[in-house]
Amino acid sequence: MRLEWICLGALGLLALGTIAVPALARRDPLAIGDVLSLRLMPPFATDVRGEFHLLGTDRFGRDLFVRMMLAGRLSLAVGVVGSVLAAAVGTIVGAVAAWRGGTVDALSMAVADALLAIPRLVLLLVCAALWQPGLTTVVVVLIATGWMGVARLVRGEVLGVRAQPYVDAATALGARPWRVLLRHALPNALGPAIVATTLGVGNAILLESGLSFLGLGIQPPQPSWGNMIAGGRDLIVAAPWVAIAPGLALIATVLACTLLGDSLRDRLAGESGATLRDRA
Amino acid sequence: MLLLWLVVTITFLLVRLAPGDPAQLLVPPTASAADAARLRGELGLDRPIAVQYARWMGDVLRGNLGESFATRRPVGRVLREALPVSLWLGGGALLLTFLIGVPVGILQAARRGRAVDRALTVAATLVYAAPSYWLALALVAVFTYGAATWGLPAALRLPAFGMRSPGIELHGGAFLADIARHSVLPLTILAAIGAAGVARYARTSVADVLAQEWVRTARAKGSSPRRVYLRHVLANILPAMVVLFALSFPGVVAGSIFVESVFAWPGMGRLMVTAISARDYPVVLGATVWYAALVIFANLAADLALPLLDPRRGG
Repeated sequence: MRLEWICLGALGLLALGTIAVPALARRDPLAIGDVLSLRLMPPFATDVRGEFHLLGTDRFGRDLFVRMMLAGRLSLAVGVVGSVLAAAVGTIVGAVAAWRGGTVDALSMAVADALLAIPRLVLLLVCAALWQPGLTTVVVVLIATGWMGVARLVRGEVLGVRAQPYVDAATALGARPWRVLLRHALPNALGPAIVATTLGVGNAILLESGLSFLGLGIQPPQPSWGNMIAGGRDLIVAAPWVAIAPGLALIATVLACTLLGDSLRDRLAGESGATLRDRA
Repeated sequence: MLLLWLVVTITFLLVRLAPGDPAQLLVPPTASAADAARLRGELGLDRPIAVQYARWMGDVLRGNLGESFATRRPVGRVLREALPVSLWLGGGALLLTFLIGVPVGILQAARRGRAVDRALTVAATLVYAAPSYWLALALVAVFTYGAATWGLPAALRLPAFGMRSPGIELHGGAFLADIARHSVLPLTILAAIGAAGVARYARTSVADVLAQEWVRTARAKGSSPRRVYLRHVLANILPAMVVLFALSFPGVVAGSIFVESVFAWPGMGRLMVTAISARDYPVVLGATVWYAALVIFANLAADLALPLLDPRRGG
């Protein structure tokens, strides 16, 4: 319980920081100023203009802390939007497959299996490389490679719920099939999908940063944690803080999302265990 | 087999429906539009997509994955050269993963709730949340720059780039020793990340087994803890671990994409990343098909191995 609140608090603080810090910054985090006198200053340094740099500066003399927060905006948004939309697509596909059955079911599950047979990173790379790199591409690709797991989960759950007496009751009362699906079957089948989505946020953030690290995701000068780490790659000996700092932010975020998802799953497992006992 | 066909078809469609003209990238910037058109004709890119698909499918069935656009070498050969590198990295890492992860998981389950268990859980969760390429960079910073600055012995100054020392020809034992030295950092990273995941699974499965009655019986009749763990616990988690091994194999091979590109190892992952940025379709397609075949093969192997290891599942 306490851990959940710590994770939520940390994520909230981070979200607040990503909105407030770049907005309050005195200088544009994308603009390049006096490179020679400002570049690669270590953390806690004060520059010639008397400005303080909490995490130092990068090779173009831009403040790393402000850039890291600006990058966090993108990384968090991409992670949340990417995994939520992927889950939504998966839910629709899974529910329709289970509800309609027959060819629709067989076809959509075959496609899901085929896509699951390609390691997600490989699939992600193929898709990302095919379209113009950028924000939209990353989100679309995360959706395209992330819906299959949820689709399988929801399909299984809906198939289970479908055999419940209350579904027969609703049908007998004259409800149309899609109304039964939306009002009665789906809400009872969503639990595992919600947990999978929460756990997926951290994963999506990691994948986005990975793509950006390889140069196939968010493109500079727009900062993302992945391309900031890539930017510090050849400076790892001369100025290690450039690559280390965004990595720590990334780890903290993914950690918070994973722990949150884990505890949500434990709680839901306890609940569904109870309902199963009640039914028996 | 049907699955493999679907994979091949889906990747083909994905690649061919994307914008971007490979011929445009292959000709020098000074070449005329006619040159590009001629190249398109040579590569078969001007045909209708159905014809391209039929041709490619026919070739795949005959085991011919086509020719790389960029180097004009057969894709099959290019992949065959890169595969051993990835297999060495991925397979070696996976072996280490289980050799470390399973004992750690058992230790955690045996000392559940104590300080050792908590510390290991925190460490595993942290490693699991870290991106591999970032860990790679951090290790490079420590073992190259750090080792030199802090005056660590030369044995700890590990090479950070490439698979072999450049410029010198080595043979026999020296050749292997050189590769082993270059493997230390990449293997450490892949194994650490893998072990963090395996330890989590192993901890849960061992905890389940420890709660069983037959373990209590074994203890009651006076078996030593060593015998309880080796004979009763390990035998019962083995099937789950074998399945996990088979299922995580393709993931580890794919996961070495980042490590290969940070450490500049000439494996499948690096090949794929280079091919993608050059829009070298046949190589991208070929690598994807190989990866998918690896996954399907690993699934099959897991299915076949299970009855052998667990007599209760019939075999």
